[in-house]
Parts: sequence; C-alpha cells; structure tokens
Amino acid sequence: MSDNPSSSEEEHEGPVAPRRVVGTPPPSPPLLSGSAEVVAEEPVEGRLPAVPEDVARADKAERLIAAIFVLAFLAGCGFVAAYVGLEVHSVNAVFRSNLALGLSLSVVLLALGAGSLLWVRHLMPDVETEEERHDLRSSAKERAAFQEYAVEGGRASQVGKRKLARRTLMLATAPLAVAPVVLLRDLGPLPGTSLRHTVWSPGRRLLVYGTNTPLSPAMFNEPGSMITIVPDGYTDNQDELAKAAVILIKFEPGQLDHFPERRNGSTLLGTVNWTVDNIVAYSKICTHVGCPVALYEQTTHHILCPCHQSTFDATKGAEVIFGPAARPLPQLPLTTDSEGYLVAKSDFQEPVGPSFWERG
Amino acid sequence: MSTTAPEVPDAVSGLGGWLDDRFHGARGFRTFLKKVFPDHWSFMLGEIALWSFVILLLTGTFLALFFVPSMSDVTYHGSYTKLNGIQMSQAYQSTLRISFDIRGGLLIRQIHHWAADLFMVAIMAHMIRVFFTGAYRKPREVNWLIGIVLFTLGMLEGLFGYSLPDDQLSGAGLRILEGVVQGIPIVGTYGAYFLFGGPFPGNSIVPRMYILHVLLIPGIILALITAHLFIMVHQKHTQMPGLGNTENNVRGQPFFPYFIAKGQAWFFFIFGALVVLATFAEINPVWLYGPYTPVAISSASQPDFYMGILEGSLRVFPAWEWNFLGHTVTFSVLIPALVPIGLVFTGAALWPFFEQWATGDKAWHNINDRPRNAPIRTATGIAAIVFYGVLWAEGANDVIADKLQVPLYTITWIARVMVFVGPAVSFWLTRRICLGLQRKDTMELAHGYESGIIRQLPNGAFIEVHQPLSDSARAVASARKEVPVLPSAGSVDVNGVRAPAGAGLLGRARSAANSAFTETVAPVETNGHGSGSGSNGHAAVGSGTEELPQGSDSH
Repeated sequence: MSDNPSSSEEEHEGPVAPRRVVGTPPPSPPLLSGSAEVVAEEPVEGRLPAVPEDVARADKAERLIAAIFVLAFLAGCGFVAAYVGLEVHSVNAVFRSNLALGLSLSVVLLALGAGSLLWVRHLMPDVETEEERHDLRSSAKERAAFQEYAVEGGRASQVGKRKLARRTLMLATAPLAVAPVVLLRDLGPLPGTSLRHTVWSPGRRLLVYGTNTPLSPAMFNEPGSMITIVPDGYTDNQDELAKAAVILIKFEPGQLDHFPERRNGSTLLGTVNWTVDNIVAYSKICTHVGCPVALYEQTTHHILCPCHQSTFDATKGAEVIFGPAARPLPQLPLTTDSEGYLVAKSDFQEPVGPSFWERG
Repeated sequence: MSTTAPEVPDAVSGLGGWLDDRFHGARGFRTFLKKVFPDHWSFMLGEIALWSFVILLLTGTFLALFFVPSMSDVTYHGSYTKLNGIQMSQAYQSTLRISFDIRGGLLIRQIHHWAADLFMVAIMAHMIRVFFTGAYRKPREVNWLIGIVLFTLGMLEGLFGYSLPDDQLSGAGLRILEGVVQGIPIVGTYGAYFLFGGPFPGNSIVPRMYILHVLLIPGIILALITAHLFIMVHQKHTQMPGLGNTENNVRGQPFFPYFIAKGQAWFFFIFGALVVLATFAEINPVWLYGPYTPVAISSASQPDFYMGILEGSLRVFPAWEWNFLGHTVTFSVLIPALVPIGLVFTGAALWPFFEQWATGDKAWHNINDRPRNAPIRTATGIAAIVFYGVLWAEGANDVIADKLQVPLYTITWIARVMVFVGPAVSFWLTRRICLGLQRKDTMELAHGYESGIIRQLPNGAFIEVHQPLSDSARAVASARKEVPVLPSAGSVDVNGVRAPAGAGLLGRARSAANSAFTETVAPVETNGHGSGSGSNGHAAVGSGTEELPQGSDSH
C-alpha cells in the first residue's frame, strides 16, 4: 500500500496558516476527492479499469438489465395491487391472495437478482485482484511487550499478593454463582408423586372421547373396534388427559385368554378381573416417550404408536412386541356401575407414560 | 484540489469527510473496500445461510406483530370455519388469524418456515464443504467451532419456532421432548416440571419458548454470526488450489463493487426462491392438524428435517431399560436422544485437533484441500454423513414403508444394521476412491490426459493420444501435499533420541493414526517416459515443454 497515513493526513491539514474567515469556517477538505490523488500514485496494474473490454456488448446488456428492472417495477406494482384488491377471510380467498402476492413478489425479487447479476457480469469490467496474506501471529517483540505489560498489570493489581482480599472476594461471589439456579426454582412445582397417579378412581365413568357420553358394554359390542376414552369430569383438562387418556378394545369371546400379572414396584397383581365382557382398557400414553398409541390393527390385535412404532399386543396385556418402548401399556381395571355403564375399578396400578428415574 | 477529482459528488465526499473527521476511517475502509473475495461456487453456501437468517429476522418480526404467545383457552369463531366452536389456545387461534385474516400473513408464515429449513440446509452444506476441503484447519478452527454451535442453536431455534403455533403435530414433538427430559436420571422429572411449569402440557411452554425463540436464541445466533464474519474477514478467505494461488496470497474480485453486487444478486435470488416455495409449496398447514391435545395424534408425524436424526434414533433403538434399587434408567430414550447427535457434533468439533495430533501439522492452511488428497478425512466425513443419513431416513420409516410397500419392521431392521455397516463400508470405499483419484492425477501429471483421439501408427498399431495438462489443470492436479510421517512410537533416531510420541498407549495410537493419514499413492515412475512427450509412443500433440514457470498465467 502506497498511501502512508502521515502524508495523507498532511494533505488533509490544509494550509499551514489558517485563513481568517467570517462566520462558520469551511469544513475539512472532502475526503474522497482528496484521496483520489493518493490513489493515482499507485502502479497502474493495481487499479480497476474504468470500462469493460467490450463496450458494445455492455450497451446491449444494459438494455436487457433495464427491461428486467422495469419488469420488477411492474411486478412490484402488481404486489401492491394484489394486497389492496384481494380479500382474505376464507380458505379460497386466502389461497388466491397468497398466489397473487407470492407470484408478484417472486418476480420482483428474482428480477432484481437477475438484473444485479447481469450488471456485475456485463457492465462491470472483469478483473482479478490479489492480496497478500500477512502472518496472523504477532512478532516476538509484540508478544514479549504484551506479556511484559500483562505481568506488570497483574502485579500492580495485587491479586497475587493480597491473599485475604482475593479469597474473600471469591467467597463473596460463590453464592452469586448459584443465584440464577435458585431464581429458576419457581419455574414449576416439584413433581412429587404426581407422575404415579391419574384422575381415574373407583367408580369414575369412562366417557367416549369427542362426544363425552358414557358407555355400557352393550353399546360397545362390535369386536375388533378400538375407541378413545376420557375420564368423566376431566374431559377438557389437558394436563390430566395427558396421563389419563385410555383406549378401549372389544374382543371376540375367547380371544382375550391371557391375563399376565402386572408389576407395581415389587408387587405382582393379577389382572383376570380387570375386564368386562371382553372389553379391555389400556393407557393411551405410550411407555416410550408419551405419544398417544392411536393405531390398532384388528387382525393382529397390535396397538401401534405412530411416533416411534412401539407395538403392543392387545391380547397379551399390551406387551411390547417391537420398537423402543420397554414396558407394556398400563391397564385400567374395569367394572360397571349400578346403571350399567363402564367405570374404573381403581386408578392404574402402575405409573403411566414414559419411564422416569423415581418410577422403579 | 476539488478540480482534480470531479467524479465524486460533493454530497458523498462531504459525508465521507464528515465521517473521517470523526472515525479516522479512510485507510481502514479503503482496505475493506478492496478486500479480495475468491470465487468458487461452494463459497456461496455459507452466504445462503446468512441471507436466510436475514430473511428470518424480517419475516419473523412481521409474524411477531400478530402472534399471541398464550396458551389461554378460547373458542374459535373465525374464517377457517371447519374449526368453528373448537377449544384452542390463543397461540393456535392467532396463527389461524395470521394465515386467514392478515393479508400476506400466510405468505410470510410460509416464507419464514421455508427460510428456517433453508438456513439449516445451508449450514449443513456449508459445513460439509468446509470439512471436505479442510478449510477448518489452522488458523480457522475457532470459526469451525462457532459453526457447530450455530447449527446446534439453529436446531433448538427451529424446534421452538415450529412448536409455537400449538398445533397437533408440533405438540406431539413437545410431548416427545417431555418424555426425553423426564427420562434423564435423577433430575428428569424435575426438569420436565420446570420446563413445562408443572404437568405436561400446562400453559407455560408456549410463552417460554416464545421469548427464547424471538430474543435469546436469535440474539446469540446474531452475535455468533457477527463473530464468524469478523473472524473470516480478519483471517481472509481460503481459496481453492489453482494457478497462481499460494498460501500467502488471496486472489479474486474486490468487495466493492464486485462482491457487493454479487451478494445483492444472491440475496434477491435466495429471497425470490423462498417466495416461490412459499407460494407454490405449502409448508406446515397447521389448520389441517387442529389444535393440540395430548389424546390424539396423526400417523406419519415427522418433525422438520433437521430434527430427523433425533426422531430416527428414537425409532431405531431397541427397548432397553434398567430397573434397579427402585430406580429406572431408560436407555431406549437416553441413548438415542443424546449419543448419535453427540457423536456427530463432538466428533466434528474435535476433528481439527485430532487431525493436527495425528499429522503433526501445525502450519497454517489457506489453500483448500481437494477431498481426494485427504483420504482419511474424506472417508470419515462420508462415513459420518452415512451414519447421520441412515438415522435421518429412519425418522421417516413409516413413510418409506408405505411408499415402498415394505414392512415397517423390515425398514427398522435394515436401519439397525446399516447404521453400523453403512459407515464402515462407505469409509473403506471412499478411501479407495480417493486413492484412485490421486493415482489418476499422478498419471495425468506424468503422461498427460487421455484425449480421446485414436491414432494409427506407421506400424499399424493404434494408440490413444495423451495430451499434456494445461497449466491451470496442472496446478490443480499437483496440489497434493504429503502428510509428514511422524517417527513411529518408541522409535529411536540416529542420535539415540527416543521419538517424542512415546511408546505408551497414546503414542501407539498416534502412530497408527499417523500411518493411516500418511497413506498415499506412489508417484508414477517417469524415468525414460519423457513426461508424456512422445518417446514412449504416447505422441503428445503440440506439447512444447512441460516445464512450468510457476506463476505464469495462461488464461
């Protein structure tokens, strides 16, 4: 680089003796016109050519570029017109508006892109320039000087020498370091044992999800079907439904012949009396990571979680036959109430949903 | 003075002078205007990410004017009549309003979503380019690490962003997130309750994700992008091997006016492409999914593509769970959620340092490697891509099974095998291909390239004419640098000094790594061949001398 700062600064200084002026003094000499003289001292090969090699071709390109920019202008007007003119507020109207706005905006942007690209390719003279790289490492002298001052500064700070002050400072900041963690404590309540229980309780009616109507075994008598059940009293409570949702499956007589014992902690529970009329109720919350197990294949009696394809055998206590879930779906013990509707005999006898550390 | 350079308008030079009076900028700014940008198509990948981010900020600001980050229940009565009377959160309601009642709202929403996907695709492509060309090498390791952090933040930002509308699809994603957090040993249930403000789904997660999505994470991303760019400008760009390109120069076109104009064109093209996508390719039609409820789900639920590896890992893993002393550790959640992506990212972060350790190479590198010239690196990169790709594809195993009419479990079993076999085979294959390409370069340097011209010799034999490489092709083909062979572990040199890489386990490992890195093809014997000029019957046409004056430019 040929312009050294001192010489250019001198030029900017202006006349040595300030002239007397009346009123506001004139501003400093303009920067860019001044520096043009400095650049002129550079060797010619470092300078950019003023015009491209083929001016006639550039002239032609300019007309094309101008046409493209006019197109962008017109499309831009179209965009504004589409915004003003086209209504929304219904699905069809929205799609119409989206098409008009999107199409016009696409044309504006793509035309601006194409015009800009043609501009740099055809109007600007083609050049290739070269720059030296400079070692990023500082010189040994600079490093030494830095180190020297850093050591001096460290010494002057007395941090090394004043042990009492240093240690008490560290002591003072220690509680501050845990303050953010403490402050985040109220983000939520502690889980306690809430993950072990749902709102199902003895006698609570099973309601059909969607219609919220109670169900008797006689109403649910089509073997092979599966429906989703929500607990009476909590049909709109998402927090409770996230644990308490249940699937109900009706079998042909004789299909449901396998009643595996279920483990709750260290106790084993028989499940023979948990069904009513070949109707069995399983938790709908997958034991893998909690997606609703929503798919049921009638012929194989497989319950499938659509998220990660954990597959459970409905005839065998929903034991896992494929996929990442490690535990069968918990089963809700069923019975009927005095009016003949299906109700829970009790809560689930084990925690529903994904595994957790305290589950055991 | 003013008469010598009339080209600069007074207003401009006046403003320039005003600024320089205050900031002393003439010298530095001139250097910046003249900054050289090397030209290569692959250098535009990072720019795509940059411009996508700019577009994300613009469109995101528009969306934030109308979005209501609240989970309060409302009953919908609006333009999307199919959901009339349905209970939903205000977040979902306001997303419907943006889509159906704000003019241009649907377009901006879809641009925003497409831009997020493009941002992640571009970062991925950019990282792959940087890895395979060795552009992460000294002095650019820090920028490589920043890139990995940016990608991770992008995943989190995207997850929070697409979960904000509180629709059925994204809610399933949050449910999975909750299940994963809950599975963390000891603190998991606390973590889940703190994250969701109590039992899932609660009514805190949307406002919490919102503030992280619009302020904290984009703020960090912006700061890191700024650092990324400043470091790049300060260290100057790498360049591809080529005639006249050395480790100590950088060749290309200056920032002003060339790169500004190209960057502008590229910005408009990217923005334009995103608008085309947003216009014609529907993305995330949340009105079809309905509001979130933990009771329901639709099949073929896939997250956005950059979360696919997590989804696939969860699907591929077998059911492993430990119960002991009244506690449960669920490996079938923890391992897939943490290990595969941890392997890829940690491996990528450590790779530059591992390579330096294995090769003993502490020099700075400004000329990029051709992938073939670093077979171990290229093979490792391909193996990582295959590993990632298998898990990513497994994230859509149900869709693949449906489209190909292959049983679902078969797809999962193929993925379980391929996740190990695929990387191993692709590593071996890639390494062979790299060495083969090196051999081809060596042959061409020695004998010229096959011209496709068949000539009959006076004795009746046919030969294919080999042409010598052009100067620029020669510069590229000869760009390979030998990796220095370190003294083997425990060896003793002529003076009886033991090699610094000791005979310990680490020393032997380094020795083994070094011998893998130094494997290369032997140079072709050119004795008597006359460097492809005729004497061996190759009959190079029109080749004068093969001597290359370094730096002579033939274009």
